[in-house]
Amino acid sequence: MLDKALKGSPKYWGWIIILLAIAGVGFGCYLWQLNQGLTVTGMSRDVSWALYIAQLTFFVGIAASAVTVVLPYYLHDVKSFGRITIFGEFLAVAAVIMCMLFVIVDLGKPARLFNIIFHPTPNSILFWDMVVLSGYLLLNLVIGWNVLEAERNALKLPGWVKTLIYISIPWAISIHTVTAFLYAGLPGRDYWLTALMGARFLASAFASGPALLILLCFVVKRVSNFDPGEEALGKLSVIITYALAISLFFVGLEFFTAFYSQVPGHMEGLTYLFWGLEGQGNLVPFMWLFVILAVAGFILLINPRTRRQESTLKIACGAVFIAMLLEKGLGLVVTGFIPNPLDTVVEYAPTAPEMAITVGIWAIGFLIITVLYKMAIGVKEEIDF
Amino acid sequence: MKINRRNFLIVGGFGALGAGMLSATKSFGRKVQAGQGMPAPKWALAVDLQKCWAGQQAGCHDCLNACNKAHNIPQMNEAKDEIKWIWLAPFEKVLPGQQHDFLPEGIKEKPVVTLCNHCDNPPCVRVCPTKATFKSAEGVVTMDYHRCIGCRYCMAACPYGARSFNFRDPRPFISEREMTYPTREKGVVEKCNFCAERLEEGLRPSCVEACSYGALIFGDLSDPQSEVREILRQRYSLQRKPQLGTDPKVYYLI
Repeated sequence: MLDKALKGSPKYWGWIIILLAIAGVGFGCYLWQLNQGLTVTGMSRDVSWALYIAQLTFFVGIAASAVTVVLPYYLHDVKSFGRITIFGEFLAVAAVIMCMLFVIVDLGKPARLFNIIFHPTPNSILFWDMVVLSGYLLLNLVIGWNVLEAERNALKLPGWVKTLIYISIPWAISIHTVTAFLYAGLPGRDYWLTALMGARFLASAFASGPALLILLCFVVKRVSNFDPGEEALGKLSVIITYALAISLFFVGLEFFTAFYSQVPGHMEGLTYLFWGLEGQGNLVPFMWLFVILAVAGFILLINPRTRRQESTLKIACGAVFIAMLLEKGLGLVVTGFIPNPLDTVVEYAPTAPEMAITVGIWAIGFLIITVLYKMAIGVKEEIDF
Repeated sequence: MKINRRNFLIVGGFGALGAGMLSATKSFGRKVQAGQGMPAPKWALAVDLQKCWAGQQAGCHDCLNACNKAHNIPQMNEAKDEIKWIWLAPFEKVLPGQQHDFLPEGIKEKPVVTLCNHCDNPPCVRVCPTKATFKSAEGVVTMDYHRCIGCRYCMAACPYGARSFNFRDPRPFISEREMTYPTREKGVVEKCNFCAERLEEGLRPSCVEACSYGALIFGDLSDPQSEVREILRQRYSLQRKPQLGTDPKVYYLI
């Protein structure tokens, strides 16, 4: 079926070439990073995890969000989602591959990656993260491929694929919960040491993931003859609305615990993010942008008229996606390290090579989406005729 | 079963999966062997701040210099790349949460020796995905530089900021190479190891050896007659962030 992705218009190939070029620049910067070490990034002894791990955290959420279409369709027979489950699953594949790439570029000794397999350590959450992410990638690849094949040949879905689909549902929840556990079990990082972390991760994932999926579906509608269907997108947008509401509620909960208890350890993280701490606050503008975008997105989504109108829905989805990207892909990880364990604020800012590598991985992700979606569209167009 | 390509791939795939699982099952089956004969010592360090501050008044940095020299600690140009195993930090930063506004004059800014606490319940060991950082039978939290993949999870887990990462190749930044201890490579984490290599030979850590003011008292907690047990009985001591349950083995005598 991959041959479907090899036939395309000049615009299609132009897009592929642009993505490859961006990925190429990123790869070149990665070679530079391999040569010099992670000193080429903005990370420091104090802020030892930053943009790469933050992006990993964000895209694990995107990957998990495939469950928002898979669960209703396969467990509750929501027929309208049938048209887009494949796009959700392929988005998950691309997102998980991005996650793995972000891990690899963050490692100090990437050539030793397989030490995690040679010396399995069940007490380490990172070990389980690797297990669940790899498993999820395999699951979605196998499921997506077989669902598409079955659709193409007008066959009933084999029982074993259905079993894998049922497994993928709790597995999707697990990948994000395990990633949240990376942070939520560390005694020395007050900003992260909250039981709410897992719940927050899921809520923001189910807001940002479907938002991206809706935007991608609009692109699919524009570049092909395949229409994902207004009903499917409508239902997805309702899911985003509730997930966003819960996400913002959770942020409010964090604020309450921090500022009503007046415990310095709890207050410092949020103070740094939204107002700056000890005169330093380079993330402050981004956090207020997150607030504005999230609230704007919520207003557009909660109102049925603007939620159902294509133009405002697109704006809302874009706003929600960017808002969550800022909150989780920027704010969450860096703030865990501020203030550092010796109560000092040491800030972080990404460097150019670091950003180029990040954008390069984004390009690879979009490349995978492009190729897999082209394949899926090709099959769907073929059977619709 | 018919012998065709499809069946071969299926059986081969499961076979490969099973073989891969073998290494995983080994880790579940392994048991920790108890040592034979003498019980292992439990190393701890007591820092007598009064004596240390007296020494610092005379400009003493002997422990820092001894460690830096003995372990090829590089002196980096940029603060973000810095490697430090033992260093001085203000009292109010080393022991936060145990401060108030009416402490004796000037004590908050007084420099305190800071290093890895070699916790009894170390979060860094708990999180390491390869067991590159591990706790020895003698309670020393130590590192295998060859196994470390540089994921820096241990750095996130450490509540004391005791760990450093080699963001770049450290060798150009080592002024005088000490040939009895390896230099490290870029991409691995490192920290104070209680001079495990010296402990093996019955010697005390370099910093303890170098201190001429008697401010660093090192010894075996499981021996009731040891120097460190004696001083902990006589003087009141503090641990860093005791509420976190890490049970540090570095005690500060105020």
